[in-house]
Amino acid sequence: MKIGVLGMQGDIREHIQALRQLDCDTQIVKKLKDLKEVDGLIIPGGESTTITRLMKLTGIWDEIKEMAKEGFPIFGTCAGLVVLAREITNAKEQETLGLLDVSVERNGYGRQINSFEAEIEVEGLELPVRGVFIRAPIITHVGDDVKVLSSHRGRPVLVAQGKVLAATFHPELVKGESRIHRLFVEMVNGK
Amino acid sequence: MERHGTWTVKKGLAEMLKNGVIMDVTTAEQAKVAEAAGAVAVMALERVPADIRKEGGVARMASIQKIREIMEAVSIPVMAKVRIGHIAEARILEAIGVDFVDESEVLTPADDRYHINKHEFKVPFVCGARDLGEALRRIAEGAAMIRTKGEAGTGNVVEAVKHMRQVMDEIRRVKNMPDEELVTYAKEIGAPVELVYEVKKLGRLPVVNFAAGGIATPADAALMMMLGADGVFVGSGIFKSKDPEKMARAIVAAVLYWNDAKMLAKVSEDTGSPMPGKAVEELAVKMQERGW
Repeated sequence: MKIGVLGMQGDIREHIQALRQLDCDTQIVKKLKDLKEVDGLIIPGGESTTITRLMKLTGIWDEIKEMAKEGFPIFGTCAGLVVLAREITNAKEQETLGLLDVSVERNGYGRQINSFEAEIEVEGLELPVRGVFIRAPIITHVGDDVKVLSSHRGRPVLVAQGKVLAATFHPELVKGESRIHRLFVEMVNGK
Repeated sequence: MERHGTWTVKKGLAEMLKNGVIMDVTTAEQAKVAEAAGAVAVMALERVPADIRKEGGVARMASIQKIREIMEAVSIPVMAKVRIGHIAEARILEAIGVDFVDESEVLTPADDRYHINKHEFKVPFVCGARDLGEALRRIAEGAAMIRTKGEAGTGNVVEAVKHMRQVMDEIRRVKNMPDEELVTYAKEIGAPVELVYEVKKLGRLPVVNFAAGGIATPADAALMMMLGADGVFVGSGIFKSKDPEKMARAIVAAVLYWNDAKMLAKVSEDTGSPMPGKAVEELAVKMQERGW
């Protein structure tokens, strides 16, 4: 099993490191052909406008939409979640993949000065996860098929729908934390 | 409980900018062009470095009104510059909610001995450096991101290359150094020994390191990525070029395709003329020499 990290822009290295802790084979996905070699894909944190532009430039955008129809597993963090969402309430003109039935508000908590860390409870995990929220989006609405695995201040922060997993925070930025990535690896493994 | 302005949160924003291009802008319209082209952040300025160089005088923090206009125009992070050591300018930028403060040698220094104690701020800072010692001194003061200085406003990449090579060379040396040599080495380069140990352990700087100062073409940007930069700042290079939109898009693509020569050739094909350049020997002021 090999898991790809989308290599357009953002904190690619941190996701690779988290996957290595789980002894996963990893691959940075920069071209269409890289996508064919992986069993699942992580869309990292970064700037969603930049990542979207570059995914279109490389042709990865359309290919992922096709692959997702066949149940290709995808995990997005922060910007990755924004890219996956059905719509962005405060940037309607920004196109999204629409693979996750949620509405998001970009930079929902405000600017960088409002970025924060907080302990969050995650369904199925015994101990809380240190959630790092950086200019994070807020999920304002979830569809009926979306399962909420964790909430903070009454808003969903970790959600799953079929083979799509998405977090508004950055588990990859916490050293030694690999439990959220493990959820994704299990999803790829079909558990 | 929510914790704001922690080291993880400050350094984390810099991590999100990696493999990206940060563009200097002087108006809301330019900021929109930069965002549409794929910039990961914009630097709000009164004048781009090439004009600061030409016009001379004292270069200060941009006007609040201008920074606010730019913040309202785009959804990507907005950075702004303060003079080296100007604690009050930095507090003002923090108060208006700028996402990143650049304590920059491109502006006229306010303090000829000391930089700002950046640990006291909740907003993250980026600072310039020409070598490992300077980079680690800035990190010791709380910088959450480093950019190699180069020579801003010249359109000449030679100093950017020199500084990136210098930092990378020193990191490689530290990596291979036995522990007993680290204390003496830290003393020689004027850096805190704890940070030198950390560089040895990580094999890189403990924070993100971008290239800056003289990047004017897609090939320049790719070169800096080849030398190990985490991303690039493009100052005058975008909006002093003939066709800023095309140049901006091409430089963003070049940072993605830095190790793919065929794609680099393709993105370099139709960019319009780059900004006019200046040889280092022609310069009356070397901005890189500011900072201590």
